[in-house]
Amino acid sequence: MKEVRLMKGNEAIAEGVIRAGCDGYFGYPITPQSEVMEYLFANKTKERTGMIVLQAESEIASIHMVYGGAASGKRVMTSSSSPGISLMQEGISFMAGTELPCLLMNCVRGGPGLGTIQPSQSDYFQAVKGGGHGDYKMIVLAPASVQEMYDFAKLGFELAFKHRIQVMVLSDGAIGQMMEKVELDEQVPRWTDEEIVKLHPWAATGKTPDRKRNIITSLDLNPVKQEIINRNLQKKFKHIEETEVRFEKIMCDDAEYLFVAYGSSSRICQKAVALGRAKGIKVGLLRPITLFPYPTKELAKLAKQVKGMLSVEMSAGQMVEDVRLSVNGAVPVEHYGRLGGIIPAPDEVLNVLEEKFIKEKLLCKTH
Amino acid sequence: MQDTLTNEEICKPENMVYHRTALLTEAPLSYCPGCGHGTAHRLIMEVIEEMKMQANTIGVAPVGCSVLAYDFMDIDMQQAAHGRAPAVATGIKRLYPDKFVFTYQGDGDLAAIGTCETIHACNRGENITIFFVNNGIYGMTGGQMAPTTLPGMKTATSPFGRDVETMGHPLKITELIANLPGTYFVTRQSVHTPANVRKAKKAIEKAIQYQKLNKGLNFVEIVSNCNSGWKMTPLESNKWMEENMFPFYPLGDIKVPK
Ligand SMILES: Cc1ncc(C[n+]2csc(CCOP(=O)(O)OP(=O)(O)O)c2C)c(N)n1
Ligand code: SF4
Ligand SMILES: [Mg+2]
Repeated sequence: MKEVRLMKGNEAIAEGVIRAGCDGYFGYPITPQSEVMEYLFANKTKERTGMIVLQAESEIASIHMVYGGAASGKRVMTSSSSPGISLMQEGISFMAGTELPCLLMNCVRGGPGLGTIQPSQSDYFQAVKGGGHGDYKMIVLAPASVQEMYDFAKLGFELAFKHRIQVMVLSDGAIGQMMEKVELDEQVPRWTDEEIVKLHPWAATGKTPDRKRNIITSLDLNPVKQEIINRNLQKKFKHIEETEVRFEKIMCDDAEYLFVAYGSSSRICQKAVALGRAKGIKVGLLRPITLFPYPTKELAKLAKQVKGMLSVEMSAGQMVEDVRLSVNGAVPVEHYGRLGGIIPAPDEVLNVLEEKFIKEKLLCKTH
Repeated sequence: MQDTLTNEEICKPENMVYHRTALLTEAPLSYCPGCGHGTAHRLIMEVIEEMKMQANTIGVAPVGCSVLAYDFMDIDMQQAAHGRAPAVATGIKRLYPDKFVFTYQGDGDLAAIGTCETIHACNRGENITIFFVNNGIYGMTGGQMAPTTLPGMKTATSPFGRDVETMGHPLKITELIANLPGTYFVTRQSVHTPANVRKAKKAIEKAIQYQKLNKGLNFVEIVSNCNSGWKMTPLESNKWMEENMFPFYPLGDIKVPK
């Protein structure tokens, strides 16, 4: 039987990275995710697995410590919330340019600026479209439960090393702070230094006589070579789009209307689906689990079946752009969002769906 | 006796007094003739070779004229964002405490954009070694004012001389970090004469040796000319450096282990 614990989302990801064999965490406190580093220190990771935890002087320093650790082939991570993630964009861009694996967690709070410490989903563009400079993407995982906060630690590291890419767990203040039951797995052992040399021949671990020196750099001043580097990056992103899409479908088989929502909003929409079904409305939910790569093809398929889609986000409408791109005009797509840290209620989003698609239709008929 | 050696004899291994260290690659240095960066590279690589530490060394290159240091140094290296090298080195060293980890940085990199990372790496006593090449200017971007630019010194962004009233005072970052309990060995050297090169090499040896003690951060400043940025010939620039830079940035050890 698996070990089960009642945990906060932020604690779950912290426990998840320890058990995933993480070597180093570098971070800076910020609400609503300070529990991550607090949990790691309280759990004496150094003694438990040998994992290093360091409180840096800033998010800029944390991400560049991650950059250093990642270059030497270790499993490293940081976590923060919106303003801190903005500061990290420089380092993320350098890791994109050097194709280094790492795990990042953004426990999103409302912005812009200092904004609020309340949950929000207004960093979708930054996470999914590439928040730093240059043409790059990260894999973005959107947990909708405390269990997924835990699971995505291990999955995140696996994907990061499989594709040599940065993986961001895009959660929010609600997922990070709420408590749920979590099933825990066995400890994955940390790699030994010898294993790292074998598994990651690209890593800068000290030049031995049997190989050329390893250089971790994003710089190439030759435009022809730099274009090739960029084209290869794009190839990798394309490959990820073809192989790593993850989503969940709830009551979609006979759906006439569709909610599209991730993370906290998907939990609300799941309730709204139940409310709608009780009223006889054939409504379903598509929950993207990966935001990059986005479940574009699945949405295009569903566009042939449903009469309308409502993208529900705690933002002014960011993911809705990807929904519209996916369905390419085949079906009306509307957005509903609450801002500033307000979480919409299930009946509220169901009302919007009815008003946008069902009542309007009825009105049209009477004219 | 010595004077009578023939050319063939000079080339014999037993008569060899100097050779290029194997840890410098074949790539031609991209530095301006007379610039101190090349000599500083050579000394660091010589010491790492002599100490047989190539397999155990990870270097971090900055943004500045020495951004391509990894083209010349035959060791594993990582290129850091502008100013972030001490944080990058911290990440490496914390995960590989038995490796020799160093950064190589210019004055703009270390004392302007990277001041925060520098001071905190020093203050935490990270067991890394920092080689800091101070030429009082932003060489790479075409000679703009650096935090270390002397009062009255002309640069591209202080064309009438650095006016300390509006442009601030030169930052003696080395004295500043020497005051922090996390630093172990702090010294200021130059590489513009053979005698200074010998002294600088000794200091570099110590800064590398000391890292094995795990007593804190070891810091070697090398005051160097940027003849292109200063708009002087190499010889003029060395003279100007002696007359102007050294009085403000005096050479010698600033903090030595007790
Ligand atoms: C974030 C960022 N800002 C600015 C630059 C432009 N830049 C490149 S090198 C440099 C100054 C380097 O000066 P210094 O560290 O003194 O090195 P030197 O070239 O003098 O050896 C600047 C401002 C950059 N590459 N990145
Ligand atoms: S610009 Fe200055 S620092 Fe750069 S290589 Fe030339 S002399 Fe050296
Ligand atoms: Mg300089």
